[in-house]
Amino acid sequence: MHLPAILPWGAADGFSKQMLLVILSVIIIATFFLLAARKGQLVPGKLQFAGEAAYGFVRNGIAKDIIGGKDFMKYVPLLFSLFFFILLNNIYGAIPLIQLPTFSHVGGAYVMAGIVYVTWIAIGIKKNGLRYFKLATVPSGVPVYILPIVIPIEIISNFLVRPVTHSLRLFATMLAGHLIVMIAGSGIEFLIMQENFLLKGTSLLVLGGAIAMYMLEALIMVLQAYVFTLLTAIYIEGALHADSH
Amino acid sequence: MNQLIISAATEGANPLVPNPWEMLVVFAGFAVLMFIVVKYVVPMFEKTFAERAEAIEGGIAKAEKAQAEASAALEEYKQQLTDARAEANRIREEARAEGAQILADLKEKAAAESARITAQAHAAIQSERQAAVVSLRTEVGTLATTLAGRIVGESLEDYARSARVVDRFLADLENQNAGAAK
Repeated sequence: MHLPAILPWGAADGFSKQMLLVILSVIIIATFFLLAARKGQLVPGKLQFAGEAAYGFVRNGIAKDIIGGKDFMKYVPLLFSLFFFILLNNIYGAIPLIQLPTFSHVGGAYVMAGIVYVTWIAIGIKKNGLRYFKLATVPSGVPVYILPIVIPIEIISNFLVRPVTHSLRLFATMLAGHLIVMIAGSGIEFLIMQENFLLKGTSLLVLGGAIAMYMLEALIMVLQAYVFTLLTAIYIEGALHADSH
Repeated sequence: MNQLIISAATEGANPLVPNPWEMLVVFAGFAVLMFIVVKYVVPMFEKTFAERAEAIEGGIAKAEKAQAEASAALEEYKQQLTDARAEANRIREEARAEGAQILADLKEKAAAESARITAQAHAAIQSERQAAVVSLRTEVGTLATTLAGRIVGESLEDYARSARVVDRFLADLENQNAGAAK
């Protein structure tokens, strides 16, 4: 699965294309938003308007709507960074010649989900103290005799399954999309090399299917960035208001 | 074809086992991005938002103030207009009353004047009458005496003669009166 590294050239380990793309994404995102926010005019120009719309989407559309309250602003930087970091790294997969979503390698997805996991548990403990673990695992209003069943389920689903699904959802969709596009590309290449004229012709069908899949993948890339950020916001909100859940 | 070969070559790798160096790069990259976002991007956007909100709210407040001022001025003008109307009515009423007063005074004065003139005329007539009576009394006496002397002086022989005498006397009297008038 791994593409050859850039430095040293072609080796299994080393500075890979993925790493370069991650660094590039940080530079692109930071440059764009710094340029957009720099002037801070009351009547925004085109660039500033685009930056504000993107920032406002995460700030109001995710952080404010999901977390709400007075202190949602504290979590806006995290959600904002998550969304655009994942979005750009996913979109790489739809850009010709790059064609590599960063999170099609599982490491990055583990890191992102891990950061979120640590964050929401820390928020929960900071907000509710160690009682947080009781609040998060013992649902209120459940009959006592069901608790022995419910508590293990809650522990597993909240503290074990949640980070796994959070990371693997992103990774799996990106990998699958990447594979499909790649396989379609290879398939077209393979079919067009055939001597048989009819077999050659079927490559057109594959091409049509590949374009449709490419569109679907582009949609999923954006959607997954949104889903990942939305889930992060939901986890944080759950940790903040554990006592009312 | 290259991709096929690569895929085949790495077939054995488990996709769930991460490359630690990649994890490190992603973590470091995200940390740098977070730092820039927390330090610069979010504060700059929030500052702009706050300034914009302030500008809009300030504009609204200013507009409300202007509105309030305008309605206060309107109220004042209306009040002034009402006052002015009342004032005008009052002045008109006063003028009317004054005019009536002047008219009444003039009428009274005229009546008094006419009464005075009438009284004066009465008095003058009275005094002239008095004077006429006095002069008549003396003149009648003189005339009677003169006439009696004439009658006694000439013999009263007949009616014609006595008539002549009376006529002459009257003529004399007329002449005398004419002379006195001259």
